[in-house]
Amino acid sequence: MNSSVIVFPGSNCDRDVAVALEKLQFKNKMVWHKETELPKSDLIVIPGGFSYGDYLRSGAIAAKSKILNEVVKAAKNGCLILGICNGFQILIETGLLKGALLKNKKLKFLSEDVYVKVTNNNNKFCKNYNTDQILKLNIAHNEGNYFTDNNHIKELEDNNLIVFKYCSIDGKIGNEFNPNGSLNNIAGILNKEKNILGMMPHPERMIDNIISNDDGIALFSSLLKQ
Amino acid sequence: MKLSVTITLKKDVLDPQGKVILQTLQNMGMDSVKNLRQGKFIEIEINENDEKLAIEKVEEMCKKLLVNLIIEDYQIKKLK
Repeated sequence: MNSSVIVFPGSNCDRDVAVALEKLQFKNKMVWHKETELPKSDLIVIPGGFSYGDYLRSGAIAAKSKILNEVVKAAKNGCLILGICNGFQILIETGLLKGALLKNKKLKFLSEDVYVKVTNNNNKFCKNYNTDQILKLNIAHNEGNYFTDNNHIKELEDNNLIVFKYCSIDGKIGNEFNPNGSLNNIAGILNKEKNILGMMPHPERMIDNIISNDDGIALFSSLLKQ
Repeated sequence: MKLSVTITLKKDVLDPQGKVILQTLQNMGMDSVKNLRQGKFIEIEINENDEKLAIEKVEEMCKKLLVNLIIEDYQIKKLK
């Protein structure tokens, strides 16, 4: 299984993702944003960080970088794409995922562990989780407040495209367990073809019990070819 | 030719920064302030003498990069 991690000036979770992928024996390559060709990839990860210093809007400049043209082409050909945190913001800015990520409702940068429910495991990214499984994952963002229009929310719900929702330790979904004001507690969504996942929490930070937990590992293992 | 682009969040999109600025002004005693929206201001110098064409070009820049049309509105003005 070949993977690529895209690296921008300001990316800071790229190496963590690489560690997670290599732990699962992915053959991983790091790809600098100025490259015009992608190595052969079954999975492309756009990692977290502050690409281009979050200038203009988070992810806006990265979305127009040379390598992103190739990522968009690969995405349209069905390649698996995972955008985490700033990677999610970049996917939104490319238009590969719909909606917008606004400033956190309380205007504070959030860096904390939160509980997230796997609302649907019927997709390639979550097949090693159970539906309704509760994960403890880390978030670290300033713009994670997902927003979209009513038609798109309906499309997301009707097609089971919302895969992660913020919840309480025992899985209750409500405003009080919503860290950033995200619409319907949304923490991660798929595109309609289900080959692109964007999520604000960081699964790559949860791959080892020694430093955190391993709630994130099943996301990466789900992507391995069986 | 110089043009400006003013970008603000759409009416229906919550503007928490604007809200905090509004509250602060009111707390400072300036209670005549009724509402406030904050945004971005971009000044663009462009090699184009025809105003209509210049605006068209800036429009394209707005749609392709400067503005997120899902959450933001923009207004283009000629400066000089």
